[in-house]
Amino acid sequence: MFSDNEMRIVNSVASYLSVMSKRLPDDVQNRLIEMRDNETDRNASAVYDCMFKNIELAVSLDRPLCQDTGLIQFFIKAGSRFPYLAKMKDILTEAVRIATSATPLRPNAVDTFREKNSGNNIANGSPWIEWEIVSDSDVLELEIYMAGGGCSLPGKALVLMPSAGYEGIAKAVLETVCDRGINACPPLIVGVGIGTCADSAGVLSKKALLRGIGTVNPDKDAQKLEKLLFEGLNNIGIGPNGITGKESVLDVHVEFAAHHPATLAVGISVGCWATRYGKIRFASDLSYEITTHGGVDL
Amino acid sequence: MKKVLTTPVRDEDIIDLKAGDTVYLSGLLVTSRDDGHRRLVEGGIMPEIDLKGAGLYHAGPIVRKLENGKFEMISCGPTTSMRMEKFEKDFIRKTGVKVIIGKGGMGQDTVDACREYKAIHCVFPGGCAVVAAQEIKEIIGVEWEDFGMPEALWKLEAVEFGPLTVTIDTHGNNLFAENKKVFGEKLEEEFEKMKSELKFGH
Repeated sequence: MFSDNEMRIVNSVASYLSVMSKRLPDDVQNRLIEMRDNETDRNASAVYDCMFKNIELAVSLDRPLCQDTGLIQFFIKAGSRFPYLAKMKDILTEAVRIATSATPLRPNAVDTFREKNSGNNIANGSPWIEWEIVSDSDVLELEIYMAGGGCSLPGKALVLMPSAGYEGIAKAVLETVCDRGINACPPLIVGVGIGTCADSAGVLSKKALLRGIGTVNPDKDAQKLEKLLFEGLNNIGIGPNGITGKESVLDVHVEFAAHHPATLAVGISVGCWATRYGKIRFASDLSYEITTHGGVDL
Repeated sequence: MKKVLTTPVRDEDIIDLKAGDTVYLSGLLVTSRDDGHRRLVEGGIMPEIDLKGAGLYHAGPIVRKLENGKFEMISCGPTTSMRMEKFEKDFIRKTGVKVIIGKGGMGQDTVDACREYKAIHCVFPGGCAVVAAQEIKEIIGVEWEDFGMPEALWKLEAVEFGPLTVTIDTHGNNLFAENKKVFGEKLEEEFEKMKSELKFGH
């Protein structure tokens, strides 16, 4: 069913999914170290210690660091000249199937209405795949996110009236994190999307979440909003696990698109302290580069 | 000194505990999430195992089936307890579980049930699934496997399972509700501080 080269992509992605389930991306881990070192509360420090013990055990025992390995989402930036696009959906689906039994990942795909777990993470819309075509490129870039239940639960998109303004957006973010985010294994990555509709704001919020800790939006106003929300949320002191502590969030990212004059939509997606995402780029000769996990050899 | 509760947990073992205390649990720990709660409470179906005095764990583990028919616990962190709020009061009443473990807070119905039936809710550090798996000595068995792996009732033997932070005690205290109040007040302060800087384009 697959050619040898297609099978190479299948196996690389399957191995990478397995790695991603067991090891945090470098940027998340580094920021957690910083937060642990900043923490002064004794109970909060004990939670950070437990997290780091868990991170080490996951590697030494070769196991998923959280039992919720998520519903797998792929955000594809497909170079229009990348040679293996035709079967890409099948390739990624097969990779998920293999990784699920080999790792093992937890089966998390439940058929809607039938309410039956498919048992292998393959179902209608699982894995979830979003496409973007990059013209005049022969590179395939995959951003992968393991969408866990706990961190997906606080997610929200709402369409405000423009009179609510950017204050309305800020308030929605603060309230979502303080109300529901505290159950989602803080410290959190907070992705904020701004646009016209619930759908575009929602997609942008996930892109914001995946952008990478420490990155800032190049737009100076978006950057200012990121900074205000980052400082404001950290001053609230939600702490690891929501038990109070010095900080609340790993980072806050804002992505935006133009909005209709009559609407101002905001999407909010959060990632837990154990956010598992990864970026892998395949050149047309199938050599690959992983930018989120240093030193990984698939 | 480590405070370890052993199942079957009795009223007098937990009556002195206060929200914010740290404890550990040894003995029978049974997982149940959304589907298990619904079947037991709405469906009126009881599992075969007697849960009186046992631990209830809001968790959907990764379990590997071994060739000898036994199971191996791979990864087993807590899930969001609030999802079970709708059913928890009746679950506690019908089963007699004493120590409910999950992550995040629970609501007033659970607080009422913990006071009335003498039970506590605790959190295990969220996401620390391998640490949790290491504290499960054995998977004794499974019921309601038709729900699939995450939702099945996994019957576990736990050894000093924790650290568990007591969030709801038997006296009506609710740590997360208290924290939420504090966060809500601080939220308003922070929002007032940033408000004047949010007038983009206007």
